[in-house]
Amino acid sequence: MPTGVPIEFSGVTKRFGAVTAVADLSFTVEPGRVTGFLGPNGAGKTTSLRMLLGLVRPTSGTATFGGTAYRDLANPLTTVGAALEAASFHPGRTAHNHLRVYAAAAGLPTSRVDEVLRRVGLGEYAKRRVGGYSLGMRQRLGLAYTLLGDPGVLVLDEPINGLDPEGIKWIRLFLRELAAEGRTVLVSSHLLSEVQQSVDEVVIIAKGRLVHRGTLATLDTEVAPHVVVDSPDRTRLGEVLTAEGFEFSTGRTGLLVAEGDPGRIGHLAFVNGVEISMLQRQKAGLEESFLTLVDGGEVVGGSTETTRVTDAAADATAEPAASVDAAVSTEPPAPEAPAGESPGRHADHDGEDQR
Amino acid sequence: MTALFRSIGSEFLKILTTRIWWILAIVMVVYVGATAGGLAALFGWLSQNPDQTGGGGRGLPTGAQLQPLVYGFATTVGYVFPVLLGALATTGEFRHETLTPTFLATPRRGLVLLAKVVVAIIVGAVFGLIAWATTLAAGAAAFSGFGIETNLGDSDTWALAGRGILAMALWAAIGVGLGTLVTSQVAAIVIVLAFTQFVEPLLRLAASFIDVTASIARFLPGAASDAVVGVSFYSLSGGAATDPLDWWKGAIVLLAYAAVLTFGGYFSSWRRDVT
Repeated sequence: MPTGVPIEFSGVTKRFGAVTAVADLSFTVEPGRVTGFLGPNGAGKTTSLRMLLGLVRPTSGTATFGGTAYRDLANPLTTVGAALEAASFHPGRTAHNHLRVYAAAAGLPTSRVDEVLRRVGLGEYAKRRVGGYSLGMRQRLGLAYTLLGDPGVLVLDEPINGLDPEGIKWIRLFLRELAAEGRTVLVSSHLLSEVQQSVDEVVIIAKGRLVHRGTLATLDTEVAPHVVVDSPDRTRLGEVLTAEGFEFSTGRTGLLVAEGDPGRIGHLAFVNGVEISMLQRQKAGLEESFLTLVDGGEVVGGSTETTRVTDAAADATAEPAASVDAAVSTEPPAPEAPAGESPGRHADHDGEDQR
Repeated sequence: MTALFRSIGSEFLKILTTRIWWILAIVMVVYVGATAGGLAALFGWLSQNPDQTGGGGRGLPTGAQLQPLVYGFATTVGYVFPVLLGALATTGEFRHETLTPTFLATPRRGLVLLAKVVVAIIVGAVFGLIAWATTLAAGAAAFSGFGIETNLGDSDTWALAGRGILAMALWAAIGVGLGTLVTSQVAAIVIVLAFTQFVEPLLRLAASFIDVTASIARFLPGAASDAVVGVSFYSLSGGAATDPLDWWKGAIVLLAYAAVLTFGGYFSSWRRDVT
């Protein structure tokens, strides 16, 4: 079984003339898990991956596989399998012949070609010309290419693009399987929702710079944390918060405070004798956190996660789950509207951030 | 060395797994076969009916010149096919973005280009073999039909064929060099056709009227190729006051064209970022 080596970016910078496509990018991708490499279109993902693979020369910095640059790998296809956007085929060549060409270049037997084509589900289309393939089939063929040398590291650029729902389900399982085998798997995407069910870790870049690095769970706890708090006496609560230097805005279901720890707000209310009717940490959806990071904008919408109300003064009748939609910062202030009545506007989210 | 052989194997497969090589080969066979067979028949008929020749037979190939001219069409007319094959094999990599998987499998790009040149030379030689087999067969058949000596038993004929095949091999390498330098498939095809069928013939004709330019024109690729083979339309027409290059000098000139174009392409496109 091939073992993965870490992928290491160290101070990688690429300038095209006056344009800086990638700026001082440093991060490590560990074996045994799936890492999502995320960022909007034009963020520099493909350029970064191409530098990693020796196709584009960095202006400065190094990108290596366990310390070895791609160009210096003895037989690269047996160490790293890479698929970059799905157009690199001669349309007149069959899938089988396409892979044979590169198997020959890497000194791999033709039997590997049949094996990998079967593994990606293209076995019966192997003798057809690639020109007639759908985008999804090309994606699978790109994936088959990465597996030719049974490498310990996989680098996939937008592998989910163009797949049908069945294909998406298949590739998610496939990526998890590869990581479970101990391989290093780096998958780029411009949509978090596309990969959030298959990745363990995320590396997020925007405008060529690293903006976030960590497990998927860190994405919604570390990005723009807020607490939603409400009281029968909102004015008094507001005064107390202002006095302590907290910034907040008034929403329909309560005050949205720029603070990540509900305990601090609860304590403040308790000390000042303010009755609290609701106290919860707002948990932005992953996608919102992602968009916040890449746009540098506000966290909008999202769901809230109810945390244990530490203050004895909390009103037991507050409906913790009913206010899940907490569209606090997007809706105009409407204090008289009953809480929890606005429609569930996050219903289109991918599920994992809702409990 | 192993790496070079693997690359060569891969480049062979690239050519053999698409249709272009045999399409070009078939067109070449029809083209040089029709030219050689047709003109051999024409000259054969004229030799039997001398009263029909316009202008009293001036400029007609006579005696020992006839067979080399007819057989030589394999290269003097057919050389455009190996150039096209070499150029298409290289520009196709840019057009279909297959340089990405190629350089992923073999990150040493110079090695890939060297393998391409080696494969082009071998495939060009095979094209030469096919073209010469065609003109020898078609020409000899026409000659014997008119009772003209075929010269197939003559060692000079086979030396001619050998030199012709060498020129075809070198032309394929020139095609690879041109492809790396131009990179655009359409531009490469237009340049090959325009230069070989139009620009160079005109240049050679114009240059032949003055001694100085005539001696320079000997170094044009088509003239050098004719020198390698040892036959040319131009030497027949009597316009060339200057003797052509020795055959081996012609070969060196062709090789130099291939080398200059390939090195130029290596630095201008091959080594560049693949985006």
